[in-house]
Amino acid sequence: MAEAQPLVQQDSQAPWRAWLTKFWFQHRSWIGFLFIAPWFLSFLLFDLMPFFANLYLSFTDYSIGPVQPNWVGWQNYIEIFTKDEIFAKSVGNTVYYMAFSVPLSLALAFVIALLLNTRIRGMQIFRTIYYLPTIVPVVAAAIIFSGLLNTRYGFINQFLVAVGLDPVRWLSRPEWIKPSLIIMSLWGFGAQMVIFLAGLQGIPQELYEAVAIDGGNGWHRLRHITIPLMTPTIFFNLIIGIIASFQVFTQVFVLIDSDGGPLQAGLVYMMNVYNNAFRYFRKGYAAALSVILFLIILVFTLITVRTSDRWVFYGDDDDR
Amino acid sequence: MIENPTARIFRQSLIYFVLSIGALVMIFPLVWTVSTSLKTPDKVTLRTIELIPDPVAFENYTEIFTEQPIVRYTLNTLILVAAAVFGGLVPCSLAAYGFARIPFPGRKMLFGILLATMMLPYVVQLIPLFIFFDRIGWVGTFWPLILPRVLGHNAFYIFLMRQFFKGIPGDLFDAARIDGASEVGVWWRIAVPMSKPVMAAVAIFAFQFAWNDFLYPLIYLGTSQSNWTLAIGLNALQGFEGDENTLNVMMTFSVLMLLPMLIVFYFGQKYLIQGVSVTGVKG
Repeated sequence: MAEAQPLVQQDSQAPWRAWLTKFWFQHRSWIGFLFIAPWFLSFLLFDLMPFFANLYLSFTDYSIGPVQPNWVGWQNYIEIFTKDEIFAKSVGNTVYYMAFSVPLSLALAFVIALLLNTRIRGMQIFRTIYYLPTIVPVVAAAIIFSGLLNTRYGFINQFLVAVGLDPVRWLSRPEWIKPSLIIMSLWGFGAQMVIFLAGLQGIPQELYEAVAIDGGNGWHRLRHITIPLMTPTIFFNLIIGIIASFQVFTQVFVLIDSDGGPLQAGLVYMMNVYNNAFRYFRKGYAAALSVILFLIILVFTLITVRTSDRWVFYGDDDDR
Repeated sequence: MIENPTARIFRQSLIYFVLSIGALVMIFPLVWTVSTSLKTPDKVTLRTIELIPDPVAFENYTEIFTEQPIVRYTLNTLILVAAAVFGGLVPCSLAAYGFARIPFPGRKMLFGILLATMMLPYVVQLIPLFIFFDRIGWVGTFWPLILPRVLGHNAFYIFLMRQFFKGIPGDLFDAARIDGASEVGVWWRIAVPMSKPVMAAVAIFAFQFAWNDFLYPLIYLGTSQSNWTLAIGLNALQGFEGDENTLNVMMTFSVLMLLPMLIVFYFGQKYLIQGVSVTGVKG
């Protein structure tokens, strides 16, 4: 209809308009769903169904092929907690790795971020250099460290010998395997550093000036402004670090091997899942292991989510 | 702030000193890698430090192409990279637009589901998905790696772009709609051009993820070498001879695998660092 309708007629047409409005919004809603349909399909296929299939598998003895799995109840879980020494070992190894790798990475990242935040010249060059190792593909990084840590021809031992120390059999002695993995993980602290740096740059300059007016020194600024304001970011990095270390796999697989090296000193949790699923063909058992890992991660995730309103700013808005 | 000039210079020098030592330590593994990649086999097994190899074995970089199917590996990896980047830029971005800008019933609930899947560790899907793809005969092909990506199975990318689309003034979208643009047209003409930084970040993340991915290619691509990606091929190099004098070959391979990432990093550094800072997620 090209001409404008006289105002009075609008009321008499209300039912028709209401129907049109309703149709329009339903039409639009149909379009909106179409936009997210591919993702939704992938959610059903690759999140929801596997999640429940995995739960089901964890109560079966499924191994391989088109064989119908047998329901075994809690047997897998009972075996994990009562008989499986590898499980206990893998948890121990993972916690050991995490206990050193996560706090040390955070400390390095925080200190370097603080130094970079002093508005020195060349800050961006330093930031790039410190961030660079995190873009090295994990497999390449592990190969590089297998070279650096090589007992005879690796640089680290050559350096130790050159300064008069004894060489260390990094990757062939059980007591040195986890330290090797930790050293390699520290090379990648640049990712956390960038997050800290963003947080530090968000601290209002006035706060520091206020401390200076009150006669505070650098230590006071750090103690009373920087650290309190950065606590949420530190906590966030900590939880993300813990969740990631529980799932560490590729580095260990490439640097050591899937049996975890001598005395299985490098056998981390994911390695145990991988071995059971893809080498020993105990997929039901591996599924039970993965459910336990999921529950551990869930606890840490919930801690993050529960406290996230303290540090996550979503930038909106209308539909919370 | 009142500070003694001498103290200031001293403090600054100290900071530079610490940062430079740290930077040397961080960059050193890469320097050593390049140095080793240019060594002849007899120099690799030398027990003393020799950072500048003599002679410089540039031929390592040509020989590796005849000894290893590098070109095949690279093409395979690029197929997976293309799927990941496409998935990030088209289906994920469309979904993000739907979540950000088109109201529809159940949107809030679906967005909640999307956020929940971000917290789901991959380990709970690993085994059933493998069984599923095995049953339909896809193990040994690229499809298990391609299909999820081209459907936009990445909640993190969708979330990132959705947040960005939310920040664009709504009037721009309404103006395009009044001009008669369809929703796809609004996405293409307003949302996409206005969100180049976030699109760049997603493209880099997707590239990085697919280029570095190891576990999924490891379980899905099988034992046929013609299927392997660079990451799988590099790892397999370890087992071939198990001999230390192949260190130079492994380092040459590592440098070749790192180079494209360096180029991407060089051009996308700004977006990458923004993306990491905003989301706190690496790759």
